[in-house]
Parts: sequence; structure tokens; C-alpha cells
Amino acid sequence: MTVQLAPAPRQAHRKRTPPQRRMARFDLRGVPYLLVSPYFLLFAIFGLFPLGYTLWLSLHDWELAGDKSFTGLANYTELIVDAEFWNAVFNTVGIFVLSTIPQIVLALLLANALNKRLRGRLLLRLGVLLPLVTSVVAVAVIFSGLFARDYGLFNWMLGLVGVEPIAWQNEKWSSWIAIATMIDWRWTGYNAIILLAAMQTIPKDLYEAAALDGASARVQFWKITIPMLRPTIVFVVFISTIGGLTLFTEPVMFEGNPQMTGGTTGQYQTVAMFVVEAAFRNYEMGYASAAAWLLFVLILIGTAANYWFTRRIGGSR
Amino acid sequence: MTTVQSGNRMWDAGALTKVVLALALLLSAFPIYYMFIMATRSNEEALDVPPPLLPGGQLGENVRRLLATEDAYFVTGLINSAIVSVTVTVSVVLISTLAGFAFAKLRFRGSKIMLGLILVTMMVPLQQMGVVPLYELMVTLGWTGQLQAVILPFLVNGFGVFMMTQYASQAVPDELVEAARVDGATTMGIYRMVILPALRPGMAVLALLVFMQTWNEFMWPLIVLLPENPVVQTSIAALNQAHGTDYVMLYTGTAASVIPLFVVFVLFGRQIVGGLMEGAVKA
Repeated sequence: MTVQLAPAPRQAHRKRTPPQRRMARFDLRGVPYLLVSPYFLLFAIFGLFPLGYTLWLSLHDWELAGDKSFTGLANYTELIVDAEFWNAVFNTVGIFVLSTIPQIVLALLLANALNKRLRGRLLLRLGVLLPLVTSVVAVAVIFSGLFARDYGLFNWMLGLVGVEPIAWQNEKWSSWIAIATMIDWRWTGYNAIILLAAMQTIPKDLYEAAALDGASARVQFWKITIPMLRPTIVFVVFISTIGGLTLFTEPVMFEGNPQMTGGTTGQYQTVAMFVVEAAFRNYEMGYASAAAWLLFVLILIGTAANYWFTRRIGGSR
Repeated sequence: MTTVQSGNRMWDAGALTKVVLALALLLSAFPIYYMFIMATRSNEEALDVPPPLLPGGQLGENVRRLLATEDAYFVTGLINSAIVSVTVTVSVVLISTLAGFAFAKLRFRGSKIMLGLILVTMMVPLQQMGVVPLYELMVTLGWTGQLQAVILPFLVNGFGVFMMTQYASQAVPDELVEAARVDGATTMGIYRMVILPALRPGMAVLALLVFMQTWNEFMWPLIVLLPENPVVQTSIAALNQAHGTDYVMLYTGTAASVIPLFVVFVLFGRQIVGGLMEGAVKA
């Protein structure tokens, strides 16, 4: 039986080989490209094309309805002397610094606390992640209420210690604090969870050896935890940089109307708001595109600066 | 013995730790609690000083007023957000598993460069950068004001591909893929029978994250949608603008908009925490 059967498939095989082998080769060499193609196709249309087209538009004068006329770098030279643009940059960077530094410090403290032996670990972790689950719009609505001048909880609490009610929206410093509070409330717990995950990968005998040598908990935190966490801190700061420099929802909701001006004198207008105002309020599409590209440059600078800064912090201790 | 003991005690939570954690939980929960309390109060009570901290009996009335406020299109917004979020989630998860499988388990020319390209583009805030051309594209297609305008730009997600690549390279041993090939399985057959079952936990986490992210989307819908066909976030922005003095109605709408997220969180919180922590260590 076996002797009879053996040649049969070989013959059949020989007959069917060319198309079959072609299929097999396609399956190995071609199908991988098919698998990644949906991503790249959609990304090209909705990611790459807008990016390149924005650059092209930024070299043109275009007011949505009319023609696009090439103006070279005119939009950029105009932007560089536009006080409103620099005000938006100043606000964006200011709110970013004001929110990120306390956020990272608090997240480190919180992660350190969560890393201790405790009952109800999962519940604690879920608890600190709760703010992340609310939407940004909801956060802005709630905190705009808490920061309200006349009936807000914060002003009432400040009143208990004799501080006059603050009109949080009216000044740069106060509106920045309010917006930074919204950001930190939503993101501190998330960052703590990320840092906690990294903390748990640090070998415990490092701490035990340090304890034997008489290092206090504080020294251990600075000499072991922080240096070991450096890559994760870089990652967390990196994510915060992108989020912080594209800040939009919180200040827009804080303002309460879609004028995009960020208060009466632009005290909390961010660059993202500036772009949307230029494009969809003033219909200066080319100008808005140039501002969008400068925002990107700002992010690159911010990322590089943070990387340098975070490395130094970890290294100097 | 003593070293072991001191080593053990070092990880016990001291009083300070407990205070820090209690404070963190209080600060996390309070604003959410405050929102739900406000949704059950009347506008007069909401303006009490100090503000009320216990539930009242006005929830039904507030909901009735919310539904009667026609210019906010709140129910339309909720339904639209559900449609958009579910569509985007299904698409991102599917496309990410396909690409993740290819990047993690198949050898093909240019795969390293392509994956690197995805990582780089993850760092570009495409949404803000490309807002003008995207708008022009939607005008050209005649899609402004329609749901596909807020669905299509989000159908792929570099983070999703990255996450599924990571997950596939860890969850699926190469031998399993090779064995399936020897048994005569095609690449798509391997995807269906080997990869998808192994990726399921990772897919669940990705789905939850993408759902929450899409539900949260604000800037692009605000630009491209019209007030009468909003998503839930822009509907709340409309409430905030036109009815900002009706605080409790605004809080009622806001509370309703986060309830779907809380349901997801209560059902799958454990997986979300696990997924975030795993992802953090890998990254």
C-alpha cells in the first residue's frame, strides 16, 4: 500500500507545483505587506498628507474661500513678530511647567506609597486612576465650578483663612493655576501607576543591602529609586510634554465659549487655541498652518530640553 | 533572621504612607463625587456657601430639563459618541493586531524601518498639526457635520500597532508559528488560529484605552461637526456656553457623559491597571 501510494502525491505535486509554489511564496513574502497596509494606507491619508500639506499651506496666503497665493516665508516672518502668538507660546509653556513639575513630584511620592505592602492594593490603584477615567471636558466643567469666583469651593476655603475671593479667570497666574490643577488632577494618578510599575522591577535586595549599610529610607529613595527610574521618568515627562504643549480642551472649556481667545486679554490662550482661532475664527488658513508648524518645533525643543534636564536630575544625585 | 525581618518591615506601610494614600484617594474621588451631588441639587442649593456635600432630590427634574434643552442635542450626542467610539475601537484593534502580528512574527524587507516610522509619528501631534488640511479634505468630500468626519481620521493608531507588536512578540512563541507553518497553515490561517487567541487579553486592554480616548475626543469634533449633530463632549460644550447659568443641568449632562466610562472602568478596571503597568515596563 505504502509503496503504491508514495509516488502518487509526488506526481500530483509535480503537476501542481508552479501555481502552488507561487502562492506559497506570496504567502511568505507578500502577505506581510498586506497585513501592515491598512495602517499605512489610512495613516498616509489622515496623518502624513495633512502634515505635508500643512507645510505647503504655511507658505501660502489663503482665506478658505479664495485662491492660495504663494508668499514664501511671509507667514513665518509675520508670526515671529506677532505678540499674540508669543503670548500663546508663553502661556502654553508656563502652564506646562506649572503643571508638570508638581505632577511628577506628586506621582513619585504616590508611586512610592503604593509600592509599600498594603491591603487592598487593587482598590488603591483603581482609586488613583479614577480621574483618568473622567473625560477632560468633565474635568474642566467640574473644576470651573470649584474655581468659580462667587460660589466656588476653593474661594470659600480660602475665605476661611481670610483670603478675599479670587476671580481665577481674570489674571494670568490665577488662570494658569486653575488649568494646571485640572491637568494634574487627571494625570498624577496615571503617572504614579506607570512609575509604580517601573519601581516594582527594581530588585529588592538593592534596598536591603543599602539598609544594612545604614542608608535611611530617604537616602535609598534618592540613591536607588530615582536613578533606577530615570528611563521611566523620561518617558513620563515625554508624554506630558506632548500633551502639555498641545493643551486645548481645559482652557477652552474654562473660557466657556468657543471664541478661542483664552480670556479677555488672552491670559490663558494656548498655541493650539491660537491655531484654531486663526484658522476657524479668522479664516487665515496659511497663517494657522505656519503656527501649527511652529508648535511642532516648540514640541521638538521641549522634548529635547526635557530629555536633557531629566538626565541631569537623575545623574547629579 | 534579623536581616529578613528588617527587610520585611521596610516594605510595610507606615503611618505617613497611609495618610498620603488616604489623601490621594480623597482628592481623586472628591471632584467626581461633587459632580454627582450637584446633579441631584437645584440651582439655588448649588449656590449655597459652603456648597452642599450630600445628595438632594432634584436629579429627576435636572434630567428632565436636560432632555428638554433642544439646542444641546444631548441624546444625539450620546448616541453619536457611542457609534464613533465603538467603530473606532473595532477598527484600531483589528488593524493593530494585523500589523502587530506582521511586525512581531513575520520576516519581511523594510519591517524595521516601517515600525520605526510608526514610533516616530507617534510623537507628532497630528491632530493639531493637520487640522487645516483635514478640514479642507472633509469640505472637499462633503463630510463636514457628518459622523464619518470624526471617525475616519481615528481609524488607525500608532500606539495600537506598537502595543500589539510588543504583545505579540511576548505572548506568541516563534515555535508555535513555525509549527503551524509546517502543518501547512497559511499566514492568514496562523493569524486566525494562533495569533488572535493569544492576543485576546492585550486586545481587550487596547480596546478599553481606545474607547476611552475616542469618547474623550474634543478638538476635532468641535471644529468639524455642527451643533445639531454633536458628539457628547461638544454637546456639553454647547450646554456650557448657552446654559452656563443652569449649573446643575450642566453637571447632570457631564455626569451622564462619564457614566459609560465608569461602567467600562468598573467592569474591566483590573485589566486596565494590569495593561497600563505591563505596557509601562515594556516601554
